[in-house]
Amino acid sequence: MGETVHAIIRNYNGDPTRLMDILIDIQSQLGYLSEWTIEQIAKSLDIPKIDVEQTVSFYHFFTKEPRGKYTVYLNNSVVTGFYKVDEIVKTFEKEAGCSFGRVSPDGLIGLFSTACIGMSDQEPAAIINEQVFTRLTPDKVKTLIAGMKDGKTIEQLKGSSYGDGQNANPLMKATVKNHIRKKGEVIFSGDYTAGDALRKIKSAKMSSNDVIDIVKKSSVRGRGGAGFPTGMKWEVARKAQGEPKYIFCNADEGEPGTFKDRVILTEEPKLVFEGMTIAGYAVGARYGILYLRNEYMYMKKYLVSILQDMERDNLLGTAIGGKNGFNFDIRIQFGGGAYVCGEESALIESAEGKRGEPRDRPPFPVEKGYLQKPTVVNNVETLCTVVKIITKGHEWYNTIGTRESRGTKVLSISGDCEEPGIYEIPWGFSVNDILKMTGARDVQAVQVGGPSGSCIAANEFGRTLAYEDLATGGSLIIIGKNRDLLKDVVLNFAEFFREESCGSCVPCRALTGMSKLVMEKIVSGKATVSDIDRLVSWAPIMKKNRCGLGQTALNPILTTIKNFRHLYDEKVKGNSEIINPAFNLAAATADYEAAVKN
Amino acid sequence: MAFVKFIVDGKECMSEEGKQLVEAAKENNIYIPTLCNYPGIPPKGSCRICTVLISGRPATACTTKVTEGMDIQSAVPELESFRKSVVEILFAEGNHFCPSCEKSGNCELQALGYKYTMMVPDFPYMFPKREVEAWHPKLLKDHNRCILCKRCIRGIHNNDGKTLFAYGKRGDKLLINIDPETSKDISDELAQQAMDMCPVGAIIRKEKGFAVPIGRRKYDKMPIGSDVEE
Repeated sequence: MGETVHAIIRNYNGDPTRLMDILIDIQSQLGYLSEWTIEQIAKSLDIPKIDVEQTVSFYHFFTKEPRGKYTVYLNNSVVTGFYKVDEIVKTFEKEAGCSFGRVSPDGLIGLFSTACIGMSDQEPAAIINEQVFTRLTPDKVKTLIAGMKDGKTIEQLKGSSYGDGQNANPLMKATVKNHIRKKGEVIFSGDYTAGDALRKIKSAKMSSNDVIDIVKKSSVRGRGGAGFPTGMKWEVARKAQGEPKYIFCNADEGEPGTFKDRVILTEEPKLVFEGMTIAGYAVGARYGILYLRNEYMYMKKYLVSILQDMERDNLLGTAIGGKNGFNFDIRIQFGGGAYVCGEESALIESAEGKRGEPRDRPPFPVEKGYLQKPTVVNNVETLCTVVKIITKGHEWYNTIGTRESRGTKVLSISGDCEEPGIYEIPWGFSVNDILKMTGARDVQAVQVGGPSGSCIAANEFGRTLAYEDLATGGSLIIIGKNRDLLKDVVLNFAEFFREESCGSCVPCRALTGMSKLVMEKIVSGKATVSDIDRLVSWAPIMKKNRCGLGQTALNPILTTIKNFRHLYDEKVKGNSEIINPAFNLAAATADYEAAVKN
Repeated sequence: MAFVKFIVDGKECMSEEGKQLVEAAKENNIYIPTLCNYPGIPPKGSCRICTVLISGRPATACTTKVTEGMDIQSAVPELESFRKSVVEILFAEGNHFCPSCEKSGNCELQALGYKYTMMVPDFPYMFPKREVEAWHPKLLKDHNRCILCKRCIRGIHNNDGKTLFAYGKRGDKLLINIDPETSKDISDELAQQAMDMCPVGAIIRKEKGFAVPIGRRKYDKMPIGSDVEE
């Protein structure tokens, strides 16, 4: 054990900024991070033990206790609830002989729940020992647990029926499906050959300024949701002082209902890596880091081999494409399970081996980012798009989409529709168009842009997806009329944000939990109108949080109060403001009664 | 050294360029309330109470450096109401029983409660179950009172320059831990410094208490911020 720990630490040269990798590797080999392990890490890295612990305890997937030989992380996001996840939970608990949050008495099976794992189009899904199991049924669960009891390997548990496309790649062998329902003109156009853009740069003798110029002329904007112009970001980073510079690809898609990066990285990984390389060329960056969410650990071997292929083909490494002085290397940085790390400065903190707490700005990452050096953080889709823009020209790109929103958007569509999956469409489609495309009927609401976006009702289905109208990072969850919107959806999102707040800003840390309490009161029918008013009055308080997560964390509640007010009114109807309907005398005096009885 | 002019609530002010806005305002007799900020240690902007509007956009005054022509709104109703909310949220989020607290009268949270005439918080009391840690020979850590401002994390280091305190967990389970190793041989002075730096009564020095009786303490005598304001 000691040798394993120290070998891993040596592997990262005892560098405290690689703490995430050290923790991930050790846990992967030993199953958990014991007190002893943490002490060894602290000593070797020459940092206080609590410094190691503060990183360990921040991330969902790190554990100081053993979590079983087989560790099940069952997704608890909204969409699982649409597929009778309760039955799955019950079956797991019955077969494994322990409840969720625990390990079976023999230490064999641990059951845990986790936030969205990026499989909303094939729920219910779970991660078991870094491998994904989708479309779970009670029967499948019984077989899985029986297999565990028989001591089967994870490979044996997966069976031999793999998903489509590269999911079946021998290095991945995933049972995950792509579900690409609509291929667009940019990302999934199928006409990409690795090195296209790099060859174009060489043949057209484009300087880094030329690249930035074309990206600016294409007016491509960040696909992560905020929509910042990519060319401008690159230009600032190019001019920023400090060496070396870094390009991050943000593949930490944690917004519930989002899974597009998973499919892009499965089918077009070279497009992503080439995009990073182009960004590196434009900005003058020496290193690229793909920050990949821990949930996608099953892709690791596959993606590492792709990077090796590209290096072999001189698309990465030194003197790329025979261009002297053009050197660029990419490594993969895994996260540890924290939604907030999708925020770019939190992502950088995490990649430095720290807690994923967003930074104060200024300075912006383009000036002082990773290791205080100029850093560009781009979304997976943005980087892919740039490769196509360089290859085919900005004029071509500008013919797609709307005036203010050029190009296509890859949408992750899940929920109550016939064909959940990936749709790449030009900007400018209406919500109605999309509902038709996906075979959705009897729709009550659509959650646009995930929980941090907004929940809209039928009167807004005519709106179009575009930066100038309904801007979105790309997730649409379709909610049918048969769903209890407040209980099944809003309450789930409220719990999600309570769980995922980093806790640094006071309003976010406290109000995510407090609003969930009030929401529970409303759902139970014991709230009053003033409770609803109270939630609305918290909106401006939340706007003063440091990061996007905090600023939008009450959106599931606030947008449904705005768009589905009648559902709230029904819940509080007839409840008096004078008497607290939530007051429970028996519960309030339980301690006293118990004391008196003794 | 370059001096810049800036405006706070319509009042023309002057300070050194690049100075922290909280300090620059203080020089001009303008009090911007703070909780997580502490003079001389790197700011973190986590309590958000010093939020001001700069050209209409919210920013924390502790993490903002003053520049020429900056137009700042601070004591406006929207922000004063927000600040009161932050104080109320902190009272409702933890377990704060002022009458029994060694820091009463020297507590910045309590003082801000008075400043904003807090009566009953408009936020649900969470009554969290939190620990009181008494294992350390010189320090008592009362998690009930901790407002997680990170002052101790940022400001207290041992002779080797190593931190004594660090965050643990996240979200509403967030807490501040003491490192047994780095805090092992701390001096009485450092223990006192940790207690003094804590804006509330979450870090208490052991074996020495109530040296100044309640009623004669800092904020018993003058409201918080009154030393800054004209």
